Amino acid sequence: MAFSETLDTGRNASALRSATRRKRSQAQLIRWLLLFAGGIAMVMPIIYMLSTSFKYPFEVYNLNLIPEEPTLENYTYVLEDGRFFSWFTNSVVIATITTICNVLFDSLVGYVLCKYTFPGRYIVFIAILSTLMIPTEMLVIPWYLMSSTFGWLDTYWGIMFPGLMTAFGVFLMKQFFETVPDDFLEAARIDGLNELQIWWTVAMPLVRPALAALAIFVFLGNWTAFIWPLIVTNSQEMYTLPVGLTTFSVEAQVEWELIMTGAAISTIPTLIVFLVFQRYIIRGVVMAGLKG
Amino acid sequence: MTNVSLSNLKKSYGKTQVLHGINLDIQSGEFVVLVGPSGCGKSTTLRMIAGLEEVSAGDIRIGGDVVNDMEPKERNIAMVFQNYAIYPHMSVRKNIGFGLRTSKLSKDEKNARIDEVAGILELNDLLERKPNQLSGGQRQRVAIGRAMVRDPAAFLFDEPLSNLDAQLRTQMRLEIKKLHQRVGNTIIFVTHDQVEAMTMADRIVIMKDGHIQQVGTPFEVFYEPANIFVAQFIGAPSMNMLSGTVKGEAVALDNGTSIQVPTTKLSEDQKVAVGLRPDALLVGEGEGLFTGEVSVIEPLGTDTLAYVKVGDKEVIAKASGRTPPAVGDVVNLHAAPEAIHLFDADTGEAIR
Repeated sequence: MAFSETLDTGRNASALRSATRRKRSQAQLIRWLLLFAGGIAMVMPIIYMLSTSFKYPFEVYNLNLIPEEPTLENYTYVLEDGRFFSWFTNSVVIATITTICNVLFDSLVGYVLCKYTFPGRYIVFIAILSTLMIPTEMLVIPWYLMSSTFGWLDTYWGIMFPGLMTAFGVFLMKQFFETVPDDFLEAARIDGLNELQIWWTVAMPLVRPALAALAIFVFLGNWTAFIWPLIVTNSQEMYTLPVGLTTFSVEAQVEWELIMTGAAISTIPTLIVFLVFQRYIIRGVVMAGLKG
Repeated sequence: MTNVSLSNLKKSYGKTQVLHGINLDIQSGEFVVLVGPSGCGKSTTLRMIAGLEEVSAGDIRIGGDVVNDMEPKERNIAMVFQNYAIYPHMSVRKNIGFGLRTSKLSKDEKNARIDEVAGILELNDLLERKPNQLSGGQRQRVAIGRAMVRDPAAFLFDEPLSNLDAQLRTQMRLEIKKLHQRVGNTIIFVTHDQVEAMTMADRIVIMKDGHIQQVGTPFEVFYEPANIFVAQFIGAPSMNMLSGTVKGEAVALDNGTSIQVPTTKLSEDQKVAVGLRPDALLVGEGEGLFTGEVSVIEPLGTDTLAYVKVGDKEVIAKASGRTPPAVGDVVNLHAAPEAIHLFDADTGEAIR
């Protein structure tokens, strides 16, 4: 009697365990399906971009992923077009200088706001953060007026100046400097370094992951920037890559295969930057307390 | 080597005063330990000497010069922090040599200096390692090395052993003491651990609530405590403290017993506290100071600590480690007359 009861209890427990396992695997399956759907939605445009870049114009509006007659002509055309090279160069110069400036200025401001106590520190920080709430579309008019007044239209400086420092970067770096113990800075102070040397020699190396993450964010943001470079530039020589690619749309038709080819080539630097620094970007975002 | 002197040193944060006029003279080559509970102002005092905190009032003199307005780097002192503050992105060599960055020495001279310090601290084989490849004790030695390399006028240690485990702490305590005997620089060492203070210091400065309670050698603060706070802070377990009233040539204790004391400086009916260190209150045969029942025993090997209920008060006494009393035993407690400390119950000051 007792033995059969034990057996029944054992069977019930085992049935309960397998039911729980089933539920878990179903939940897992749903999660995987949702992630898969999300993944497809993200990747499909890129696959179409690559696919279209290998198509002849007559095939562009076919939705097939594999071109019937694959060709490299689009690549040859785009790369031989001198304009593409100058847009590419413009984008590299602008994205690189802006990235360097952001890494320096954002970290300097973030460091000061984090490690120094002075009247109005909190107000300054809030004022910087509040600029995050103003959409870029609203800012382009004052930016344009400034550029026009100072003669910055159609220049590198004109394209770059609004992004040389970002509120997000300041916030990110301030958060990271919070993790640097004051003892490090005080030890350096006692060892005779001045404040700028302490920032550069001691604090900056300790927040390297954040610097890498910031560099990637800023580089990608500037590499893909469209609205402001479009507004501030007039001559084709000053176009950045995203702006230049739109010139492949002529009045009569849009040359999608060329636009897609240009876009495909333009992703290469961003992919390289991302692949090299991806471990930093993840760590950087997590440590800044910004999930996603 | 340099003497350090604090005169009427005060520190306030807004309206809150945390140091209330500290006066202290530290002789050249002396090993002075500032000890006290959290919030007593010992670390603030050290940080003010280092130049990391501004002086609200009073003077700090290093080598005779007032340094109140000098930058930390101009004071020629070195500091070892609680969390070592060695830079994780630099090798041991670079960490030790960091203090020489602003020095005018040639590269070869700097390297020689680093090697010399590494030799003293037995770090020669670790010079190319990064801090994350070192143990806690080795990191602490690197931090000390970085302080030593500049040959400063004085070393400041801010609770440097707090992050180490008990065994390593004992070992580092010994190493720092040996180091002091070897190099002979002035050392000001902050700790909340009275054992560290007792074992390392030439003189101990006991602080509480921003005031110095007593300055003295380990012997003085242990055997001649200036007040009840010092008596109970120094020594483990804490000194037994029994309150009572002077009656004739004895003190009638509140727990219902009476104890004979020298009464020359006492007045009739004066409220006093009678202090007896546990290691001076011995469980023994024959009539003693008190009789009581053992409530708990703590065997320590050589000795056993017995918690004895005397009247309504529990006192800690020392018993033999080999033949300890059992819980529930009624025992007699003895103490030599010179082991009895008397304190004024109102002021807490020692009566001698």
